[in-house]
Amino acid sequence: MKIVVALKQVAGRDSAFEVRPDGIWIDEDDLEFEVNEPDAYALEAALKLKESEGGEVVVLCAGPDRTSKAIKEALAKGADRAVHIELEDPERLDTLALAGLLAKVVETEAPDLVLTGLQSDDLGSGQTGVVLAELLGAPHASIIMEIEKSGSGLRVRRELEGGWFQHVELPLPAVLTIQSGISKLRYATLMGIKKARSKQVRHVSAEELAAGVAPVIRLDRLRLPEKTKETQMLDGPPAEAAAKLVEKLKFEARTL
Amino acid sequence: MARDLAKPAAAVLMGNGLADLAAGAAAKKLDRVHVVEHELLENYTADGYAAALQAVIEKLRPEIVVFPHTYQVRDYAPRVATRFRQVLVSDVVRCRIDGESPVFVRQLFQGKLLADVRVEGPAPWFVSLQAGAFRSGDVEAGQAAVEPFAIDLDASAIRAKPSAAFRESEGAVDLTAAGSIVAVGRGVADESDLEMLRELAGELGAEIAASRPVCDNGWLPMERQVGSSGQTVAPKLYVAIGVSGAIQHLVGMKGSKTIVAVNKDPEAPIFEVADYGIAGDLYEVVPALIEELKKAKS
Repeated sequence: MKIVVALKQVAGRDSAFEVRPDGIWIDEDDLEFEVNEPDAYALEAALKLKESEGGEVVVLCAGPDRTSKAIKEALAKGADRAVHIELEDPERLDTLALAGLLAKVVETEAPDLVLTGLQSDDLGSGQTGVVLAELLGAPHASIIMEIEKSGSGLRVRRELEGGWFQHVELPLPAVLTIQSGISKLRYATLMGIKKARSKQVRHVSAEELAAGVAPVIRLDRLRLPEKTKETQMLDGPPAEAAAKLVEKLKFEARTL
Repeated sequence: MARDLAKPAAAVLMGNGLADLAAGAAAKKLDRVHVVEHELLENYTADGYAAALQAVIEKLRPEIVVFPHTYQVRDYAPRVATRFRQVLVSDVVRCRIDGESPVFVRQLFQGKLLADVRVEGPAPWFVSLQAGAFRSGDVEAGQAAVEPFAIDLDASAIRAKPSAAFRESEGAVDLTAAGSIVAVGRGVADESDLEMLRELAGELGAEIAASRPVCDNGWLPMERQVGSSGQTVAPKLYVAIGVSGAIQHLVGMKGSKTIVAVNKDPEAPIFEVADYGIAGDLYEVVPALIEELKKAKS
């Protein structure tokens, strides 16, 4: 089975974010970047499928130079090769424009299956995989927790809300969006890191793929959220803060 | 939104056997209730729902299509928007009117930042709203005409074959009945540290729960998960330890009466819903808290 995994590199979860002067994105200088967590699970699912079914795992990643770190990591974990769509300012593209770039590369790769995380930790719009499926004319299933081969297609376990699940059968080629926790993530081994150096990374320019695609939605005025509740922050050394809290819970909130 | 924009609003219901639902919607102040019934819509599929809604939009030509932000909508609405060369503005927490056009506010970076989203392409626009973005009680009563919408669907165009929904472990832990909950987040570094949290829960007479990553790690069973993919709880006391407060968690607990948050990051979104917050190292704060609770009892 030939599998393309679309990965995104995002700013680390614990980053302290500062809004850029133009207000449309964050200041990325001095931030650590990592593979978007659900995408890391999508890669894991792809590597597992390759282990059981054979085939090839191709990593697809759009972003600026920093993205090559995410690609290297995926290759070190066991992906066979990668395609890097060189894109200087991904924040200016909306989901449709970005999925359009991915679709152009996926069409040339013609895989049996495309996997990606269900959403990104930065934008969190949760749509890239579904829009990609639509652009490819392929069926999809979203928020997937289990993948099995079933005849010529797949049987997947889809997560619904509130602890409910559902099995869905779908034909290939297909697109799946993967939920975090589908299986335990592997680490890259030293051997894997060494091997990754000789693996192929094909570079394509976003400009060449889709020159002049205008986004239809745009971000503006990024800001810190307004507080919706009056939060009492209890400060001081831990023992003092803890004592204040117990006092408040007892006499103010009356919950103890 | 329709009131703010001074525009009429119509409801669209899709499925099969929708008479009761249609009657409920017809009692609201709506222009019309369009009922799209078909046996192929009885069980949800992305292909079926996307085709049906596409047909509805092509016929009714709305300016804005508003969805609830649910897993089902996330599954098919992006397909529909794509067919109109538009992008669904998803998980919107608020809208405001700027001049004549709406601006949609949504969260970025797991709730750490907010942004305005402006739609620039031509109508129809597509928006999904987070639960609580508007108050459902604010919908005025009225009398709307119910109109069946005839639809032609092709069974062969529905590629995915869904089975019936199921639950993994039937009600082993009912967190919704708990009076107090101690919830553990990814701020907890090691599985063995849960012992300390169990002790805290013991002192508070609380059930232990977790945010998704903790359950993904297998440290606690999935049935103890609070949030959009787990249980929705509203206990008297909710103590979030090392939980950053990603929106998927907040939707499952923000109705709690008193919320306490302990997190090392003073900017963590959990503090926006907390009544009491301690910005500090949970490994120092939790033992101190256990100590104080013991003192308070004696």
